[in-house]
Amino acid sequence: MSDLLEVQDLRIRFPTPGGGVSTPVDGVSLRLARGETLALVGESGSGKSLTALALLRLVPPPGVIDPASRIVLEGVNLLELHGEALRAVRGGRIGLVFQDAMTSLNPVISIGEQVRETVAAHRTLRGKEARERAIALLDEVGMPAASTRYRAYPHELSGGLRQRALIAIALAGEPDVLIADEPTTALDVTVQAQILELLDQLRISRGMAVLLISHDLGLVAGRADRVAVMYAGQIVEEASTSRLFRSPSHPYTRALFGSIPRLDGAVDRLVPIAGAVPLPDAWPAACRFHPRCPEVLARCSVETPPVVPLAPGEMSRCWLLVKGAR
Amino acid sequence: MIRWLLGRTLQAAATFALAVLLLFVLMRLAPGDPLSRLVGDRDVSAAEIEQLRRRFGIDQPLPDQLRAFLSGAARGDLGVSIEHYPDRVTSLLAARLPATALLGGVVLLLNFTAGIWLGVRQASRRGSRFDRWTGRLALAAYAMPGFWLGLVLVAFLSLRWRLFPAAQMTDPLLPLDADALTRALDLLRHLALPALTLSLTSIALTMRHQRAAMLSVFRLDFVTAARARGLTEHQVLWRHAWRNTLVPMLTLLGLWLPVLVTGSVFVESVFNWPGLGSLAAQAIASRDYPVLLGTAMLVSGAVVLAGLLADLGYVLVDPRVRPS
Amino acid sequence: MIGSLHDLLRRAWKNPSGRWGALALVLLAIVALAAPPLLPDPAAMPDTVLGATPPSTMHPMGTDQLNRDMLARVVVGARISLSVAVLAVLLSLTLGALVGLVAGYAGGWVDAILMRGVDAALAIPRLFVLLLLLVVWERIPLGALILVIGTTGWFATSRLVRGEVLRLRHEPFVTASEALGAPAWRTIARHLLPNAAGPLLVAATLGVGDVILLEAGLSFLGLGVQPPIPSWGGMVLDARPLIVTAPWTAIFPGAAIVMTVLSVNLLGDALQAALDPRSA
Repeated sequence: MSDLLEVQDLRIRFPTPGGGVSTPVDGVSLRLARGETLALVGESGSGKSLTALALLRLVPPPGVIDPASRIVLEGVNLLELHGEALRAVRGGRIGLVFQDAMTSLNPVISIGEQVRETVAAHRTLRGKEARERAIALLDEVGMPAASTRYRAYPHELSGGLRQRALIAIALAGEPDVLIADEPTTALDVTVQAQILELLDQLRISRGMAVLLISHDLGLVAGRADRVAVMYAGQIVEEASTSRLFRSPSHPYTRALFGSIPRLDGAVDRLVPIAGAVPLPDAWPAACRFHPRCPEVLARCSVETPPVVPLAPGEMSRCWLLVKGAR
Repeated sequence: MIRWLLGRTLQAAATFALAVLLLFVLMRLAPGDPLSRLVGDRDVSAAEIEQLRRRFGIDQPLPDQLRAFLSGAARGDLGVSIEHYPDRVTSLLAARLPATALLGGVVLLLNFTAGIWLGVRQASRRGSRFDRWTGRLALAAYAMPGFWLGLVLVAFLSLRWRLFPAAQMTDPLLPLDADALTRALDLLRHLALPALTLSLTSIALTMRHQRAAMLSVFRLDFVTAARARGLTEHQVLWRHAWRNTLVPMLTLLGLWLPVLVTGSVFVESVFNWPGLGSLAAQAIASRDYPVLLGTAMLVSGAVVLAGLLADLGYVLVDPRVRPS
Repeated sequence: MIGSLHDLLRRAWKNPSGRWGALALVLLAIVALAAPPLLPDPAAMPDTVLGATPPSTMHPMGTDQLNRDMLARVVVGARISLSVAVLAVLLSLTLGALVGLVAGYAGGWVDAILMRGVDAALAIPRLFVLLLLLVVWERIPLGALILVIGTTGWFATSRLVRGEVLRLRHEPFVTASEALGAPAWRTIARHLLPNAAGPLLVAATLGVGDVILLEAGLSFLGLGVQPPIPSWGGMVLDARPLIVTAPWTAIFPGAAIVMTVLSVNLLGDALQAALDPRSA
């Protein structure tokens, strides 16, 4: 499996009202290969949604991506694209399924039309053919009575169906990479499972790479090949899902596991992580997790921990993993 | 749906009825006697004044006057003009309505096409020089009294440089057998300056409304989502963002009538355009109360109707607003 | 409240349009107040033989058809137009606030009747209301004119104030303070002003511009400010027969109206933007 998408040192800056600068995404690097699912996990405020937007160059103004960052899709740096070339990538090479389907769909246009216009924007299909393709897509995502539902407006559908419509739109340009940003947050538990199952099937049937963004580690367990844990604008641990769940190597990851319930009874007390998620304009010095870390060392508040490579494709940002650090 | 429509129409009718009542009260509130004007301006004997008084019902007690007035109005009889006696007010209004409707229609068309386009452009280029200066220019135009701008335009473009006719709706010297195209062109030439005056002094309204509506829509998620699909900026701006501003813009359409009507009183009189506005202006000069009252009633009715149509429009335009 | 108003004004000042508008208005007010004694008497010695003369060093704005200095007339006209507008708007604001308070607090059928009345009144374009009132009023005195204009402009303000009162009524802190002994109306009154001050200020500022245009229009129709009191609208009316031979007699008063209304609106806009930056 070769790399389809590679993000190198992504940094996004925002000016603050006081005249300073905040860096909500600060040196994020990711790799995504065709056919695999990478999960990006983190609490709200960690910068994961911004990372997703950055991949499509949709960072809201006045946010700016650092020119030293690179986002390479099959050899092409997306940050150097403009105009037509950029539009072709949006939806055509990378598709984004937004978090809240109710607010991400245009309320005054039918869902079928919204799929159709995306189809027409990326393929050379027009009129009737585009429409038929749109109905086929709605069908593919499991929308019952697709040809009738074509004319439905977003507010007329249930949450689950809206999310399916959103997925259909994201697929309309036949992208190679699908980013799903919290695809299940607004849904009931049973519907959640259906949507995740759908995404998995689509990945296999279309040979796409999927970037699954979530704050829920449990969600990710059976769905992702690899997991990247994000905290305070940085990736603090990256590992295969099995390894991560078996023996997490970063205190934050361990703390996350300690704070979620488990069916196998391995946790008898839920231990919340002390403190609060820091804000982008006030990242803690050196290791960003040090104020809340239950295993903190003296040097954690003084020296920024390095990125420690573990196995191939696995890393962790922690002094505890550096020999002789204690 | 029908029930809602019925309810809304009844509400509008009630508002209109109340407005008519208010107008009647206003008329009787003002000090002075409309008929005493005639004594000063015309050679009328005391006996004739008494006769006119009785004819116009001014010697009756107030509640009787109100009753006569309301029952007449309900029958569509708005009385008789004092100056153009014995012409009926309704026939005078009917004769003048088309000219105002034409002028108003053209102004509305101009203002909505130009205003919408400029407002959208301002919003998409928010903070730019274009945005700031277009806004300022529009505001400067809004600050111009219609009668003054009209006079200045007439003085320079019509009277001095003879580019446009100076007054009225058509050329009185146009041959009777002139073809449709010539007539149409003549009409357009006469229409140009009054329409321009009314449009310029009010385009700021449309522009600002549209700009504000676009800015509030831009903040919504589905605009970013539309961009993320690879749609062109044009599609994102018009098909997605702008289509969601139709509701506030419809509200504006409902607010336009009072603006047009007020402006046309001045512009029509400056350009001698034979519409309701100049009729009102003449009625002022001759203290022709029934005509003034009739015009006020007509205009109020139109405003109420416009509001009702706007409400109907919301239902058509926004699929979320359909009453079940 | 003083704090938030001060804040509002400060932010409006930062806005270049707002700054220019405010400065122009201050300048206008100073000229209107202080200049008349320094200028030739606009009512002195009408000279129909000499008539209107074009702008010159002695008469920077020329003279009108009675050979009266235009600059002096325009400046005195400023006094009239500004005072009429400000006083009328103050009257409208007071009336509107009162009605809005009563309607919002009393609720029930009082509110219903008042608001139905407001709806009906709003259906009649303001100009027509004024026309009907003024047409039979021979030579209306200035004070009465201000009263008439003021009493026809309070409808929208009443809606605004009523909306604020209704909103506050349902705030939990009002019920809470009521439980602690403070009567609801007192709490509402204390919180109403700071909340409504901003929008009211914007409405008042923009209202001044509207009234200036309205009064000019009425004067142009002969119904507003009566001669010999100079008014900008009246000056344009007088200039109408001379529009080709002596255009300056119409241009300058009109330009004065444009400058004033534009400044007022720029200031009002800046205040509006300071109040709600997201719509700027």
